[in-house]
Amino acid sequence: MIPQQFEYSAPKTLDEALGLLAEGARPLAGGMSLIPMMKLRLSNPEHLVDLGRIKDLSYIREQGTVIHIGATTTHHDVESSPLLRGKCPLLAETASHIGDVQVRNMGTIGGSVAHADPAADYPAALQALEAKIVLKGAKSERTVSAADFFVDTFTTALESGEIVREVIVPVDGSGTGTSYQKVLQPASGFAIVGIAVRVRKQGDKVAMARIGVTGLSNRAFRATAAEKALEGRSGSPAEIQAVAALVGQGVDANSDLHASADYRLHLASVYAAKALAVALGRIA
Amino acid sequence: MATTTITKTEKLVGKRIRRREDPRLITGTATYVDDIKMPGMLYAAILRSPHAAAKIRSIDISKAKALKGVHAVFVGEDTKNAGAVPCGASLPGLRVPHHNVLAIDRVYLVGHPVAVVVATDRYIARDGVELIEVDYEVENAVADPEKALAPGAHAVHPQWPDNVAFTFHQEGGDVTKAFAEADVIVKQRIVSQRLIPNSMETRGVVADWHAADRTMNLYTSTQAPHLVRSLVAQILGLEENRFRVVAPEVGGGFGAKIQTYAEEILLAWISMKLQKPVKWIESRRENFLCTIHGRGHVDFYEIAAKRDGTITGIKLKIIQDLGAYFTVLTPAIPTLSVLMMPGLYRTPSISADIVGAFTNCTPTDAYRGAGRPEATHGIERMVDMVAAELKMDPAEIRLKNFVRNEEFPFPTATGLVYDSGDYSAPLKKAMEMAGYDKLRKEQVEARKQGRYMGIGLCAYGEICAFGPSPATPAGGWESATVKIEPSGQVTVLTGISPHGQGEETTFAQIVGDELGVGIDDVLVVHGDTSMVPYGIGTFGSRSTAVGGTALYFALQDLKATIKKFGEMLLESDDVTFAGGQCTCNKSGKSIGVKGIAAAAYRAMKLPPNTGPGLVATHFWEPPNFTFPFGAHLVVTEVNGETGDVSIKRYIAIDDCGNILNPLIVDGQVHGGVAQGIGQALWEQAVYDDNGQLVTGEFMDYTMPRAHMMPWIESGHTITPTPVNPLGVKGVGEAGTIGASPAVVNSVVDALSPLGVRHLDMPLTPEKLWKLISAGRNA
Repeated sequence: MIPQQFEYSAPKTLDEALGLLAEGARPLAGGMSLIPMMKLRLSNPEHLVDLGRIKDLSYIREQGTVIHIGATTTHHDVESSPLLRGKCPLLAETASHIGDVQVRNMGTIGGSVAHADPAADYPAALQALEAKIVLKGAKSERTVSAADFFVDTFTTALESGEIVREVIVPVDGSGTGTSYQKVLQPASGFAIVGIAVRVRKQGDKVAMARIGVTGLSNRAFRATAAEKALEGRSGSPAEIQAVAALVGQGVDANSDLHASADYRLHLASVYAAKALAVALGRIA
Repeated sequence: MATTTITKTEKLVGKRIRRREDPRLITGTATYVDDIKMPGMLYAAILRSPHAAAKIRSIDISKAKALKGVHAVFVGEDTKNAGAVPCGASLPGLRVPHHNVLAIDRVYLVGHPVAVVVATDRYIARDGVELIEVDYEVENAVADPEKALAPGAHAVHPQWPDNVAFTFHQEGGDVTKAFAEADVIVKQRIVSQRLIPNSMETRGVVADWHAADRTMNLYTSTQAPHLVRSLVAQILGLEENRFRVVAPEVGGGFGAKIQTYAEEILLAWISMKLQKPVKWIESRRENFLCTIHGRGHVDFYEIAAKRDGTITGIKLKIIQDLGAYFTVLTPAIPTLSVLMMPGLYRTPSISADIVGAFTNCTPTDAYRGAGRPEATHGIERMVDMVAAELKMDPAEIRLKNFVRNEEFPFPTATGLVYDSGDYSAPLKKAMEMAGYDKLRKEQVEARKQGRYMGIGLCAYGEICAFGPSPATPAGGWESATVKIEPSGQVTVLTGISPHGQGEETTFAQIVGDELGVGIDDVLVVHGDTSMVPYGIGTFGSRSTAVGGTALYFALQDLKATIKKFGEMLLESDDVTFAGGQCTCNKSGKSIGVKGIAAAAYRAMKLPPNTGPGLVATHFWEPPNFTFPFGAHLVVTEVNGETGDVSIKRYIAIDDCGNILNPLIVDGQVHGGVAQGIGQALWEQAVYDDNGQLVTGEFMDYTMPRAHMMPWIESGHTITPTPVNPLGVKGVGEAGTIGASPAVVNSVVDALSPLGVRHLDMPLTPEKLWKLISAGRNA
């Protein structure tokens, strides 16, 4: 790697880091997106603040009905956490689809979420989970919903000087089933389309449906029309097909070398059906 | 009498011996070019054109020169006397563009080197590059060979407005008659897309000039160190005997490191200019743009056959995408496709035309298979199409047309003489392993269920072991020196330059068996022109077949000397040398290699007409190429909903003649198959209309990875070649050559119920999904 010259700080406390960020420095978490861009000199930050040495920024803690995940928790930690696997399996499953082993060992949830790549995996799950994202600046701390956080391609609700401090996901009780299904872009490992589904049944009927979609358009989003169409239904194969077909409705789909807009929309529907069927089948 | 500890009796050739190269590679202790550091060494970084076609109005290097730590900045004008990057191929009427090491007044492709910054470290050198200001007058570019040949296309080189670098015609037999008398004629346009070779180690050069004794040490990641030495010494007007080229550990080449590149000339030139050692290491981005690409064919096939399936003639027109410039073999590669266009079939009549087209793209050159994958892909697709036309089984048409065992040596319509073969054996073996008839029944069932299951065959032939010198651009022989040291240990100096092929192991096996010494007593030295005799290098599946044979003959010479010493020491003229021992057949007394070596170097007494020492050198000229062959059988299923291809079975049967080390042969087949599947399913160099390489990173260029590979069921048939005494044919490229047609034939077979008869690579899911949706709606 031959980047431009930059200043590098590795503070041990969050306050110290936020102080440097307030002065215009740029945060570095796992570096899985930033470092390649610096390598190509497409990104040339003057001052990098490495968040990796900050104590107590990497954790997975249960608190009441939610789980808090610290910003520098690696994808591998999320993927392999017994707590998340047991109580928020959608997030653990999604983490297991990210990149490759090396990326999962280095990359962090805070870094991925803050980068907001429109083809990243986590945002689909966070949308389906209605996760909360805690943003911290030198003098402020605020919590925003995933729905409000992901604004556009590489654009989030983060203000200058703020970092993602943690992600909060719900603990779903019994009766809930989840699934993340992804079409891999074979070169990069990013999602051509990724669908995260979280459904709860009461009796024979779907009481709640949440469908998070990534890769399809400029940002991860919730397919609310499809969600509404499923709620109150039994989730029969025919209903699943009909609901899945709504996932891409009205979406201005991405088109690139790896998939045209038409093909992406088609895949969104195929993989939504798959994710719905798996999630419904997983309801205990 | 002393018996040596060095002798052993167990035969080494034919054993699955682990590669002796591997410990240093897997412990990270091997020395690659970038591991070489020298006192006072400077670093070079190259400014490359962002445009595919532009005039250079002006270059301002003042800011770069002023940067602290920058020693020098050079532009094209400075390096005019450094000569041109060489093309070794010659064809009648070939237009060879002058390929200066740095662009002078024009750039012809994205990545074209424009200026070089030399600095105290690689960071400053890169910073310096960014401070250079170039004023370009951007022109339209042409990045597609068919568009380049269309009237009114942008002229890549203004002096040749038609973009035609050469045309080439070859014919054999009577193709007009074959087509006039044909019962069936099948025509198809077939594309072998441009690929980007990606070795794990990119290229890199360290040049170290010593003015006082006029010596140059050039360390470079190459497959052919002697060719680099001859060419760069000549280009820079240096003395060849004082020009040392070292290929240290080389992390893969796949053909892309046979060439002598601009950077090798440029770095040597800079080192002379600045009187300092200089290093340049290619970035991955540069590797995508500036190291050669492979394939890049548009082929137009016509095949004539009789109703019974007998193939009587082939017409082929190749449009070869050459890129903007030539590297060492660029124009020669498609001529290899012509040579191999009949495949394994008797095909009495052929006619071939090549049009070499300039484009504003990276030059194409040899990439694993080099011309033969294109030819094999073409003939194997066409044979399937003829079979479909005649409603014949694809196995049956192949078995019908194979050159027959009694016909070897078989002269082809393209002027080659196939050495030896039993062409039906690998195909029959693959079909037996697969349970072919049962698979066809399963396919019938699958189709009833609406599933797209395909069975694809490929019977491939290769031209390897390059080759007889008159048929090659720079000689096709190879050299070896074998020295038994005074201790009895053996050093082999070889002219080949392995970089992953494992000859440090296989050559030691040959030595072990011939001299009766243990494998650990043999050291194989290669890749340093100051140590080894002149050699041609490692490419074209030639190293063992040609270099190993040179070694074999050197060993015979050495054995004759050993025997003379044995006769002297045992005081008998009835001595046999075997198993590392000279034994007197009368007395039964014996002496081992170690004792003989000690006596030969101590030289208290010498046999008649024999000098001290135990050294032999042999240069071997092969009488012919070798022609390995084999068959692949691939079972695929295409997901009707998504277009995804999954490979259910992959059977690869190769016949590379005698096998020295089955472990290495299997590895070569596996790696080759991975690259062939890569071409069939994923890989593609995509340029936009402006000549920008869209797939210029691993983010967009899909290299096959371990988890994307099917389980490969491999097997062998063995037909030794009469061309060399080892009976070996070569195996480095076989997997790649067989794989792409086998996979494509399988997928076409899967989709044939939809009326699909041909598909161009890569078989991306979207391409197949569109066909399936259209077919279902039809």
